Formats: sequence, structure tokens, C-alpha cells
Amino acid sequence: MNTFHIGGVHPNDNKRYSAHQPIIECPLPQKAIVPLAQHIGAPAQPVVEKGQKVKVGDLLAKAGGFVSANVHSPVSGTVTKIDTTTDAWGMKMPAVFIDVEGDEWAEGIDRTPEIIRSCEIDPKEIIDRIAAAGVVGLGGACFPTQVKLLPPPGKKAEVLIVNGVECEPYLTCDHQLMLEHGEEIMIGIQLLMRALGIQRAIIGIEKNKPDAIAHMQELASRTLGVEVKALKMKYPQGGEKQLIDACIGRQVPSGALPIEVGAVVDNVATIYAVYEAVQKHKPLVSRVMTITGKSVQKPGNYMVRFGTPLSEVVELAGGVPEDTGKIIGGGPMMGRAMNNIDMPAHKRTSGLLFLPEAESRRIEPENCIRCGKCVSACPMGLEPYLLSKQAELQMWEDMEKHDVMDCIDCGCCLFTCPSHRPLLDYIRMGKGKVGGIIRARQAAAQKK
Amino acid sequence: MNLILISLLVLGITGLVAAILLYLIAQKFKVEEDPRIDQVQDVLPGANCGGCGFAGCRALAEACVKADTLDDLLCPVGGAPTMEKVGAILGLAAVASDPKVAVVRCNGTCEARPRTSEYNGARSCQIMNSLYVGETACPFGCLGCGDCVAACQFGALSMDEKTGLPVVDEEKCTSCGKCVKACPRNIIELRKKGPKGRRMVVECVNKDKGAIARKACLNACIGCGKCQKECAFEAITIENNVAYIDFEKCRLCRKCETACPTGAIHAVNFPPRKPAEPKATTEEQPKKEEAQA
Repeated sequence: MNTFHIGGVHPNDNKRYSAHQPIIECPLPQKAIVPLAQHIGAPAQPVVEKGQKVKVGDLLAKAGGFVSANVHSPVSGTVTKIDTTTDAWGMKMPAVFIDVEGDEWAEGIDRTPEIIRSCEIDPKEIIDRIAAAGVVGLGGACFPTQVKLLPPPGKKAEVLIVNGVECEPYLTCDHQLMLEHGEEIMIGIQLLMRALGIQRAIIGIEKNKPDAIAHMQELASRTLGVEVKALKMKYPQGGEKQLIDACIGRQVPSGALPIEVGAVVDNVATIYAVYEAVQKHKPLVSRVMTITGKSVQKPGNYMVRFGTPLSEVVELAGGVPEDTGKIIGGGPMMGRAMNNIDMPAHKRTSGLLFLPEAESRRIEPENCIRCGKCVSACPMGLEPYLLSKQAELQMWEDMEKHDVMDCIDCGCCLFTCPSHRPLLDYIRMGKGKVGGIIRARQAAAQKK
Repeated sequence: MNLILISLLVLGITGLVAAILLYLIAQKFKVEEDPRIDQVQDVLPGANCGGCGFAGCRALAEACVKADTLDDLLCPVGGAPTMEKVGAILGLAAVASDPKVAVVRCNGTCEARPRTSEYNGARSCQIMNSLYVGETACPFGCLGCGDCVAACQFGALSMDEKTGLPVVDEEKCTSCGKCVKACPRNIIELRKKGPKGRRMVVECVNKDKGAIARKACLNACIGCGKCQKECAFEAITIENNVAYIDFEKCRLCRKCETACPTGAIHAVNFPPRKPAEPKATTEEQPKKEEAQA
């Protein structure tokens, strides 16, 4: 069984709470708040006005640049205002506020459960439909999908790698999606292969999901060019670069994109969105998210329309457990602790994890004992102990020399440190600083 | 006997040749250095804090010797007296500068600013600021992890346990500006110390609209503009919902302090208003500073 070669850790996967829970449709909210920046890149520019009536699937905001994505209305109703709202970390973000009235869908959207298998569409048309539907990478980074499908000149995609790994502990939304909508995902893969002009696709799934592996293998056996690879369990296998290494044994060079080694990586949830966008003309207005935790009453996977306050989704799962010490947006390894759950769901919210008070405390850090565990755990081959010290001492240039920009924020260093040092906290801060310095330098060079 | 003589001769000649070579090389690669650099460096405080913008006292001394005027060069630690001495050595006119002091522009104490969450990560304002709004709802206020305290080389800053805010020891503060750079939220500002150390400060930098700012913190400036109307010297400007007092124009009339509905404007080092006898401590402090100046 394959896996990636450098570093990695083995956290307890804790998926038992919400695994195999059928996807439940979450009821519509009374008021929806739709953020305009749900993706990496430029925020979308609003095209609706106050007082305007919108239907589900109507365009709310247009992509604000090449790396940007359209935002569609997830509900039908009246736009009350376009203003800023605060996210779960108290930061401001522009958003469209909609009063929900009924559930009327825009014309041309196919909502029947019938599966459309014919893929005889022009490749360019596929990419156009994906871009129009505002599909972004639902694995976590929310990178606009159409950008990945247009390789830069001189580069050629050879293989599509489908990310069904879900290496993040607790989360089960991708797993359940593969079980319930495997056939649609398979059609989505064929569409993407057609758009890229390639004949090979590999679906990577970790072996803790044997039913998903069997299901996808059965479907793949009927599809030309698609193969399923069962992978050894190791975090962070779902990282783009790690997955490429695990599936085809190629290493992406420092600072380069996967296309450098001829690979395009997409998450299964993204591919399901691609299927819906191309075959059903349905823009990305909802996603599956996992609500889980030891004390959650009804942990499970919920299909949530964007704009629904997270607190309403939590109510559906039985409310906030009493012993909650920390609420994490996303999984425990890469997710962020949240300030409140009034934030609306959007393309990036993959899950909510409720940690009991006893488990949520960080242990008091002690001195570095130079054991080098973080170095062997780092999947990017970096030296976390050194980078964190450099960040502490504000040695930004040295951090750049030691490739801090290759850090993928996976948190293996912090997980493995026997002294419980806040390695990632400092590295992430330093990465932000170094990134700013590099951007400033590029801007200055462009001016010249 | 012969052996000793030969070794002595060989060693002696080798030593002589080496000495001559070293002498010639030393002459050839001699570094001409202005003796005044050493003199100027002796006058400077020698703290190497970098507050002047140079990489230490030696670098500032070199810059002073090279410069034609001392206009842009200032040792914030030594202040005007030091610069006068430097001017005397170099035969240049030293620019008189008013003594400055670091001022913390946040008065969101624990009582005024309720906690909304608990931060459990690495104790650093920089990190906290990059992650989220902070332990309170105010996205502009002090984070309380003490990056400024760690940055101060003179021990002039300390955290007040009661308020959770940093306190500046005016006698120790040399206005080097390290804390200003260390604060990720730009709360600390270098302001003129003022006559007898007296000054008016808006201790808030919250740019949110009044209602939102007030909800996050009872002591926030809500940008109501009352102080601006009250001020007879046009010293107060309101930008982005927060008032700012220009210390060059302020005449210390204290009218804005009484006008402020939230108590965001503070009068520092003034004797108490009503009681006739001034407190000994507040009077003594400015006098000392005057003596220093």
C-alpha cells in the first residue's frame, strides 16, 4: 500500500462519531448572510442591489479577477443590504444579506435526482460552466477550480488525482459523499478528464474507509482510465503535494504547483460540485459539512445551504454540548478555534468540531530538547524548531532562506513536539510576514 | 652550542622578516578613520537600542560625522543634551527637540471590555493579531500579551495586572520607539511629553462606528465629535470614528476631557481638579523631568 515518503504523523482518526451517518438536508434559514469572499483570491464584486428579488442560483456577485469565483444566491428572497459582517474570528468581511421567502429556483437548473451520464460536451464548455457556477476547491483552500483546469503555457496535465483521503481526524463529509454520490463523482471525474484532455485518473482513499474504497473500485471498474488507490493511513496525506507523492510517486519541487509534475488534484466534494455544475447547471450553493465531537447529541453530515448561520446547523445536531471547551472550524489538525458560531456557512466551512473542556486545553510549553521529532515529522522536509525560533526573533530573511513558504500549516510539528512548544503558531506568523515581504519585493520589481 | 646558535639565528631572521612584512602590509592597508567618530560615540549613551534608526550607537556616530547638518539625526535616548554635545564636537548646530514619551492609546480595562473568548496559544500579540480579534470584541484594542514589554530595553513598560494594559514608566521611557514597532495594532504612539509632563490623550484607536465600538468597550471613543466642538484651538480631528489630539496645537485647557461622554480622553499628570492642595507625587515627577531636560 502506498503513502507519501517524508514525515507525517498518526493522530487518532476519531471518525466513528459521524461516520456512516446519512447526509441530512438542513432547513433553510429565515435570513441568509452570503459572504463575497468565500475563496482564495480577489473578492467577488456584487451585481445585485438592495431590494432586489433573487431566486436560488441567481448570480449575486461576479468574480473579481482571474483567481476569483462567482457567488450565487443560495436562497430565494429579497436582498436587504450589502454590508460587512463579522466572521467567527471577529474579522470583517463583505456580504449580501437576504430575507428568505420560499424556495424558488432559477430557471434552467435541473433538480431531479436523475443521473445524467452523457459527457459529450466540448472541453471548453465544461470549463466555462465550472467557472460560471463558482466552483472552488472544497477540500479547504477554496482555490477556484477553473484556474486549475487551465495549465500555464508549456505545461501539460497528465493525470487527474482525486482526493478522497480525508486525512483530517473527525471529518467524514467526503467519506459519506463518496458512499452516497459515488456515481455522480465518477461522471465528474470523466468530465474533468475531458476538460484537461487526459486519459488517466487516480482516486486516492485512505484504508480507514474500506466501504468507500470498495464502492469506488466497483464504479471505477466500469469506467475507462480511472483507478482507485487504497493508501496507508498517515496525516497529512490529503495535502496536495503529499497525495501526488503517494499516488504517482512524484515530488513537486519547492515553490511549484502540482502541474509542474503533470498532476491536477481535486477533492471529491469539488468533483461532485463539478458534476452538478456541468450536468445539472446547478451553481455551488450548498455543501456537506460534518458536525461532530464526543458529546454532540446527533453528530452527522449535513447538507447546508451557504448563508445559513452555523448556530442553526448546530441546533439540528442537538445544540452545543454543555461540556464544550473549544469549537473548531474544520478538523482538529488544521482547523481554527472559533469565537462564536453566528457566522454563516460558506464554501470553506467543512465541519464543526466540539471539543470537551478537558481535551481543549493546550499543555504549558517547555524548553526545546533538540530531539528533532518535528524535523522527522514535517512532511515538507523543513526544520520547524529552527523556523519557529527565527520567527520568535523576527529573522524574516533567514526564514525565507529556510523555505518557510513551503510550510503547508499541517501542524505535524506541533502534534509531535514532546515539549508542547507552539511551533506552528510562530511559523504561521512568520510565514505571513515573509509572504508580505516577498509580495512587496515583487511589486517593487514590477514598478521598475 | 652550534645547534643553539643556528636555531636562534633562524628563528631571529624569520621573526624579523615576518615583522617587516607585517609592518609593510599594515601600512598598505591602513584604515583611515575619523578620530571624531570615537569622540562622538563616547558622548552617546551606548545602549545600542536602535531608536535613532541606525544599527547602534557607533553607526549613529558615523552618520553624525559624515552629515552636514544634524537636522535628521537624533538620539532619542540622550535627547537634546546629548545632541548638543555631539554638535559641540563636530562644530554643528544641534536641533532642539522636545522630549517625547510612549503613550498607550487604549483604555479598555478588564471591567470596561468584557472577555468574549479565551486565548490559549503562544503568548504573543503578533500571533494573536494574525489569528483573530482577540480575547475581547474590540478589533483595535490592546491584546495584552505584552509584546511591547518584551521589546523595551529600558524596563519602562510593564503590564498592569488589574487593567490588563501596559503602563509606561515615564522616567525610564527614552522614546526609542521599539514598543511602537512591536505593537501589531499600532496602539502605542510617541507623543510630546508636554510642559511639566502634562498632556491630553485620546486613549482609544477604535475605528468602528460608535454603537459597535461602545458594545465592545465602555471606554471606547465613539467619534461623537463633542470634544472637537469644545476645542477652541482646532487641535482635535475626528477621522474614521475616532478622535485624535494634535499635541502641537493642544493648549491643555482640559475642556475635551469633561466633554467626552465615554471617558476616552485622559488628562495625564495634571493636579487633581477640585482639591486645592496638589498631590506631591504628580508635582514631583514633572519637576524631575524638567531638571533632566
